[in-house]
Amino acid sequence: MTEGPLPFEEASVRALANGRLQEALRRAMTGLRTKRAEATSELPHFEALRDRAKQIKTHTLLHLDRYLEQLEAQVTACGGTVHWARDAEEACRIVVEICRRYGARRVVKSKSMLTEEIELNRALQQAGVEVMETDLGEFVVQLDGDRPSHLIAPIIHKRREEVARLFARHLGTPPDAPVELLTQAARAYLRERFLTADVGITGANFLVAETGTVVLVENEGNARLSTTMPRVHIALAGIEKVIPRLGDLGVFLPLLVRSATGQRLSSYVSLITGPGRQEGEGPEAFHLVLVDNRRTEILADGELRESLQCIRCGACLNVCPVYEKVGGHAYGWVYAGPIGAVLTPQLLGLERAAELPYASSLCGACLEVCPVRIDIPRMLVRLRWRTVARGIARPSERVAMRLVFWILASARLYRIASRLGRLVQRIAFGDRPIRRLPGILGAWTRTRDFPQLPPKTFRDRFRRRP
Amino acid sequence: MMFGRVALFVTCLVDQFFPQVGEATVEVLERAGVQVAFPEAQTCCGQVLANDGFRKEAAELARRFVEIFEPYEAVVAPSGSCVAMVREFYTELLSGTPWEERARGVVHRTYELSEFLVRVLEVTDLKARFPHRVTFHPSCHLLRGLGACGCAERLIRSVAGVEFVPLRHPEACCGFGGVFSVKHAPVSEAMLQDKLSDLEVTGAEYVVSTDVSCLMHIEGALRRRESPVRTIHLAELLASR
Repeated sequence: MTEGPLPFEEASVRALANGRLQEALRRAMTGLRTKRAEATSELPHFEALRDRAKQIKTHTLLHLDRYLEQLEAQVTACGGTVHWARDAEEACRIVVEICRRYGARRVVKSKSMLTEEIELNRALQQAGVEVMETDLGEFVVQLDGDRPSHLIAPIIHKRREEVARLFARHLGTPPDAPVELLTQAARAYLRERFLTADVGITGANFLVAETGTVVLVENEGNARLSTTMPRVHIALAGIEKVIPRLGDLGVFLPLLVRSATGQRLSSYVSLITGPGRQEGEGPEAFHLVLVDNRRTEILADGELRESLQCIRCGACLNVCPVYEKVGGHAYGWVYAGPIGAVLTPQLLGLERAAELPYASSLCGACLEVCPVRIDIPRMLVRLRWRTVARGIARPSERVAMRLVFWILASARLYRIASRLGRLVQRIAFGDRPIRRLPGILGAWTRTRDFPQLPPKTFRDRFRRRP
Repeated sequence: MMFGRVALFVTCLVDQFFPQVGEATVEVLERAGVQVAFPEAQTCCGQVLANDGFRKEAAELARRFVEIFEPYEAVVAPSGSCVAMVREFYTELLSGTPWEERARGVVHRTYELSEFLVRVLEVTDLKARFPHRVTFHPSCHLLRGLGACGCAERLIRSVAGVEFVPLRHPEACCGFGGVFSVKHAPVSEAMLQDKLSDLEVTGAEYVVSTDVSCLMHIEGALRRRESPVRTIHLAELLASR
């Protein structure tokens, strides 16, 4: 990962100029929105589930210390080992050490955003361990040296033809192979990896405190294989993933799956509690790595704590008009879309991601669909407040906005500015439409006329009415 | 319900750029039996500052708004966006100050025009006439910020002569977003393009909205392309005879 500010602006312009990407995004987003709308509307108590999920998440975060300790005790009682990682580096070191302890050469991995966040693959490769992504999308990303562009649909930016060409190069399929053949080829390739892997690494959709259970939600069965074939299972999860009771899944599973893909239930839901109980029944060892990586800072932050409630369903990305235009890569880091614009500045630091909270028209579509009702627009505005408060805003903007403030804070200055504006307009444009403006307003007039100031304001006209 | 003193918060954009919308708002409110006062000290709700990150400045404008509009029984604005700003952010901006409680009172009696007419006054027919094919773009703040009462659409449908053609995606943002429209102009333009394509399909002569912010954004592109489609604020539509 390079240092320096994330270049959202340039990346968004590039994305907009990419016709194929535009088409792919439009098609995918339309499909996902429709499916979500259908799946949520057929559940009469869907709104009640959202309220309940919000309550559970709020409660759990308030007592996170207690639930994490309960989780650790339960995992340990079931024969597993819990590791605590303060940051990305420590988490990677722990996983590498576990792999070394078991003499692991080959690791299979199912989809996990957290492992992207901490760049686990790089750490394992540097330690001489071969890592194989087994989620089809992530597999494609890995083969292509690409990055995922969506929380749940990592190759939403890629077209079938691109994947066919990629597979032709790496797996020897015909360059125009149909989807069925491509998935078969991936399946055959990965099957051999599953059989020979020493360690399986997964993330976790939920961690159940009362039972010490890791819950994995997926459609391809690769997480199931990753947790049953290798000798060792390592699960990594952010500390915010814990929920109190097994019964809470009755709330979260329908919310997650219907919000994410519009399915009623995913093809697989795996509940994994500790290692296998006897020979030949699952892995002989189970390790859970609980990762902080700035999450306790977010937890301590009353204004932004709510963002830890995210269950990574991707619904906010799917309905976001900005995401639909720029795609996931434009956000510059692991988490894209509206929730990415909230999380990235907190996880990477506001200095590096100051532009992201501004990359939103604040239309509120994200809040409308969020299964745990995270007020994303409000978080974005609060992050903008911090950007200015910490002096990250451009000096020219600061001056301009101070001026706007002075004008708006005094009826007299407001009136003077309004007269002055009319004078300037008359000199510069006369009665002609305003097609070109200087400075920041020039961005408006690229493709849009600027509204003309009429001779009299409303207040002037109102005062003179009969 | 009868009101003694209703204040018009005309909004800075209407005051400066679209005075006819302010006049239409007064006309419509008076037709509905309301006496309208216009407190002259008013300027702006402060949304542009709040959304650009200038919290302290926005808080001062919020305080000013509360002070100016406190004496009135109700505050009505021809804008979903400015009302959403007042409702969603004023108590937060003023929290921990003596103004918080006073803000709460004003916030609860600040209404967007269509919601004031339909929900509070329970008026849906304003004896308006507008013999044209129209479509309706609900602003995001009206639709999601204020919790979509469907009031505006009901009012539009009540106008004699109106042929109403809904948009395929009324819920889609037009891409304005205040500072967003200039800070991320290319993305904003692409969103606007989708909105224009949607408008075109309807074959409407006019696009109606409750917010001049969306309308000036849409109109900016319509004028640039010399499109025959016109924009009109809900108040103007309801004031037409």
